[in-house]
Amino acid sequence: MSQARTNPFNSAAMHGALILYTLIALFPVFIILINSFKSRKFIFREPLALPNAESFSLIGYQTVMKQGDFFLYFQNSMIVTVASLFFILLFGAMAAFALSEYRFRGNMILGLYLALGIMVPIRIGTVAILEMMVSTGLVNTLWALILVYTAQGLPLAVFILTEFMRQVSDDLKNAARVDGLSEYTIFFRLVLPLVRPALATVAVFNMIPIWNDLWFPLILAPAEETKTLTLGSQVFIGQFVTDWNAVLSALSMAILPVLLLYVIFSRQLIRGLTSGAVK
Amino acid sequence: MTVLSLKNVYKSFGAVEVLKDINIEVEEGEFVVFVGPSGCGKSTLLRIIAGLEDATSGEVNIGGIVVNTTPPSKRGIAMVFQSYALYPHLNVRGNMSLALKQEGHSKAKIASRITEASRMLNLEDYLDRYPSELSGGQRQRVAIGRAIVRQPKLFLFDEPLSNLDAALRMNTRLEIANLHQQLGTSIVYVTHDQTEAMTLADKIVVLRAGRVEQIGSPMELYNNPVNQFVAGFLGSPSMNFLPAETVTPGDTRTLGIRPEDLVLSAEGPIQATVQHVEHLGGDTNVIAMTGDKQITARFFGQHDLPAGQEVALGFAQEKARYFDANGMRQA
Repeated sequence: MSQARTNPFNSAAMHGALILYTLIALFPVFIILINSFKSRKFIFREPLALPNAESFSLIGYQTVMKQGDFFLYFQNSMIVTVASLFFILLFGAMAAFALSEYRFRGNMILGLYLALGIMVPIRIGTVAILEMMVSTGLVNTLWALILVYTAQGLPLAVFILTEFMRQVSDDLKNAARVDGLSEYTIFFRLVLPLVRPALATVAVFNMIPIWNDLWFPLILAPAEETKTLTLGSQVFIGQFVTDWNAVLSALSMAILPVLLLYVIFSRQLIRGLTSGAVK
Repeated sequence: MTVLSLKNVYKSFGAVEVLKDINIEVEEGEFVVFVGPSGCGKSTLLRIIAGLEDATSGEVNIGGIVVNTTPPSKRGIAMVFQSYALYPHLNVRGNMSLALKQEGHSKAKIASRITEASRMLNLEDYLDRYPSELSGGQRQRVAIGRAIVRQPKLFLFDEPLSNLDAALRMNTRLEIANLHQQLGTSIVYVTHDQTEAMTLADKIVVLRAGRVEQIGSPMELYNNPVNQFVAGFLGSPSMNFLPAETVTPGDTRTLGIRPEDLVLSAEGPIQATVQHVEHLGGDTNVIAMTGDKQITARFFGQHDLPAGQEVALGFAQEKARYFDANGMRQA
């Protein structure tokens, strides 16, 4: 590689910058975590101090466990996120395959139409979506959220995956056709495994906004049995009094599953982000 | 028996006509090479035969059956691709057996065909490896093996050697020639490399801009090209073209003479200045200028000609070819 890459000073400067950025990015998470293990008095007296024997308290976690059905919220969030990701990836990949692989009238227009969704925030249509959900009887079901999130994620998914699928060798697909594989087999067995890094990228980009979303759960599914974690945590934030212990504990626990999913996807994600640039 | 016949095949993408009135017949056991510059439509034609593209009009007939609407896998063909196109998730055995499994052959039959093909291609030691663990030449052999096991009526090769380095290309070319002799199956082979075409083909089809320029055996095309394009395309170094008046005053035609037909002769009609000499050991290529035209002469053996030297070149009149203003051959 080039000289600049191996120069120890440059290397140190690069790592220094990255470490600094990492610290800044992780600082709020760190503050939430340490304070979730402190009693209320110490959260306000010394917000930056680590919990010690005197300040340590699990009161926040106890409140969260007692009040509301925290595990149900957790489960709802999980179902909504995983199901939405599944549908986004499935339908996004299918549409991308059709757009990249087949020549048909209006291919270009359809591609542009699907990409248009990236530019229009879905929240603009909230009123219409709510009316639609009411008339189809989907209000206060998890399906309402899954459908909305799938629609929200599809444009970007189609856009990214189309580009990646164009790079899959035509010869490979044609060889499979000569060998008698069906288009479905070609899609599921040949193309999907080859665009796995792109799928992981799309999954991560969509996962975090869905998991964190408060807007649609609040409007479409505020019932007790369909509350998501983000919405569920809101009970601890009042107009006059906020139970900070409980809020911080709930947030700490909410981070874990996203972190877990991210670790699963991250290896693929890094390949997906760099593959276009390096290869 | 005719294995493949194309009748009045046309193909257009939108308003662009890429193939015009193609008529070609391939007999049983024949090795036919489609050759032409890039963009001449030769790969598209191969894809139409394979069924990966539909002809806009015309008839594709394989083994006596019109296959215009038959999917690729049911046409009785097997294809070898330029980029090998091996399935990355299957090992060599899996790559070779996939098509047979799709056709519903018994396990014993699949195993015996794979054994036979891997013996022919020296792939026995690699059957359990994955494509990523193979070298370029080995991958190409697996791609050929994948075609062989299907025992098709017709093999289609799409520039199979262009991803290999020069030494390997020569070896693989020989292997393909041997394989054709052993199997006796008809082959349609697409290439832009005239050396491959000359060395492998029983019959060469020269294509230009979507039209067939000439069909014939390599020597027939080399010795009797119908036009200036075919004359210039086959042979390396390629044929020299000069205004015929350089030699015969008043002649408006174009004179074509092959580099190896030029000889050094004191009274030779062509006066030229040596510009550059390529010493190949066995041969010597002399690039010279006559007027503003570049001319290449190929002499057997080693010749020491310094740049800038004046030479007189002659040729036997029966070796000369004449072309009219449209590039068509004159008797």
